[in-house]
Amino acid sequence: MKYFPLLWSALWRKKARTIFTLLSITVAFLLFGMLQGVNAGFNQAVEKANVNRLITTSSIALTENLPYGDMAQIEALPGVARVAHATWFGPYYQDPKNFVFSFPVEPDRYFAIYPELVLPKEQLDAFIQTRTGAVIGADLARKYNWKIGDRVPLHSTIWTKPDGTSDWNFDVVGIYECPSDRAQESAFFFNYKYFDEGRSFGKGQVGWYIVQVKDPSQSAQVAAAVDKLFANSPDETKTETEKEFQQAFLKQIGDINMIVTYILFAVFFALLFATGSTMMQSVRERVPELAVLKTLGFSDTTMLTLVLCESLLLCLLAAALGLIAAWALFPMLKDTLGVVKLPTPVIIEGVGVAALLAFVTGIFPAWRAKRLDIVEALRG
Amino acid sequence: MSAIVSLHNVVKTYTRGKQTVEVLHNLSIEIAQGDFVALMGPSGSGKTTLLNLIGGLDRPSKGEVNVAGERIDQLSSGQLAKWRARHVGFVFQFYNLMPMLSAERNVELPLLLTNLSSAQRKQNVQAALAVVGLAERAKHKPAELSGGQAQRVAIARALVADPTLLVCDEPTGDLDRTTADEILHLLQMLNKDHGKTIVMVTHDPKAAEFASHQLHLDKGQLVEGSVHA
Repeated sequence: MKYFPLLWSALWRKKARTIFTLLSITVAFLLFGMLQGVNAGFNQAVEKANVNRLITTSSIALTENLPYGDMAQIEALPGVARVAHATWFGPYYQDPKNFVFSFPVEPDRYFAIYPELVLPKEQLDAFIQTRTGAVIGADLARKYNWKIGDRVPLHSTIWTKPDGTSDWNFDVVGIYECPSDRAQESAFFFNYKYFDEGRSFGKGQVGWYIVQVKDPSQSAQVAAAVDKLFANSPDETKTETEKEFQQAFLKQIGDINMIVTYILFAVFFALLFATGSTMMQSVRERVPELAVLKTLGFSDTTMLTLVLCESLLLCLLAAALGLIAAWALFPMLKDTLGVVKLPTPVIIEGVGVAALLAFVTGIFPAWRAKRLDIVEALRG
Repeated sequence: MSAIVSLHNVVKTYTRGKQTVEVLHNLSIEIAQGDFVALMGPSGSGKTTLLNLIGGLDRPSKGEVNVAGERIDQLSSGQLAKWRARHVGFVFQFYNLMPMLSAERNVELPLLLTNLSSAQRKQNVQAALAVVGLAERAKHKPAELSGGQAQRVAIARALVADPTLLVCDEPTGDLDRTTADEILHLLQMLNKDHGKTIVMVTHDPKAAEFASHQLHLDKGQLVEGSVHA
């Protein structure tokens, strides 16, 4: 701590250069925080997947629907506890930018298979009994200030009605919560019956099935049994665990982990040269000053440590600014990702990367300071 | 008085490219504790080289260098750094202060290597600045000080850790006559009142008159013995 004024003054010897270097590192760490945050957000969603549940989709593509009649056959298989289904409705509210995650479901089946979604009994009953009823997540309700009793119109980008319109009206009858994962509180569920009777095409079909197994250790056998059941039929299925399904879903977007890694590698590789050259230049300019410190009795090791600490101070300060900015901006991605805050491991990883960056960019100038010959340096 | 600096048959050679230049030839000198010695001689005579050897900034190619009771030519780089911190205060021609640090922070630098607390360091810094008459300029940065004031700060920095020996390389070389005389009076006061042993390199015969002894070097050899000023 007693060396701090010395380090701080060295850092600000050339203010403009330090500010620009600081800014470039800050921007890099802002990018790091946002990208790694997105990556971690996706991974978190995958990790939270339930081990009891399997997802059955069409083997052709996720967008292909399956016959509603398959449900009874799946339910009859040994090892299956219960089955529910959902379909992608793809609507927006008032404006296309107000996208809503909405699914027609059979209320009793769906909420039984997802016990983590907490809905009061009377609201579930109202949902079952109200043809146009909808149950929404607490976060979605807060976002649009929707309350029980409100009539909400949604415009589906997929499903039209026989009259050619795509506007569907719903009555909010319940608001669910998900205490174990608040990111799940943004969905909009409504009655499958209302949907199936009202749509102009695809009647009697569902998007996918959710199969709850009695014993998670039997998941692979049950999944194989489901797919075997529909093998060689017009609607062959692909059944996988909820985790595998989510991973496959994410892979449709792209290998996010790889994309993030490549982008960050490129950013930090460029940063390495920028920061490294700043540190080298800074030490080169201060050779006589460093020589004076050695003259006063600062040892070679102390000089090495001081320059490394200077690099560490610069990188950690900039990384902190970048990560704080990412932390502040991250909630803006909530609608897209469902992740509400920058995961703590990303912040810890960021600090680690900053320390590594400081070491790599600081070690050569630090070594130069360590090896500095006093007499030569003072001679100029 | 006992010798605080003692050099025996010291040879110093430098290699520049393919050429080897012998700067000091079998030099032997002794400087007594409490002495104020002016090292004089033409450019290239080896004054600064000799000062660097006495201050532990450089090592001889041959011979022995004993300073403050230690055979410093045999110390490792780390030991020599510790020895300098404990025994030697340096004053340079161009002050060599840290431009971004205030006067008091500059003076504090040698104390960072000690185990003194922040309060004790502050107290010592104030005392050193008071000795050189610059207590009221403690918060000023070097760029806000005159040449003479900057050199006083440099002297305070050299003094603050209470070294055995003050080593001054042309301390008045960058100053006008009046300011130079003030600095030399200050050095004389430190020698007489505080008992500091001072070795000063200078080209200036008037500056040398402030010392109690003069040593003249030419071509790496002592050409005259001690001369009382």
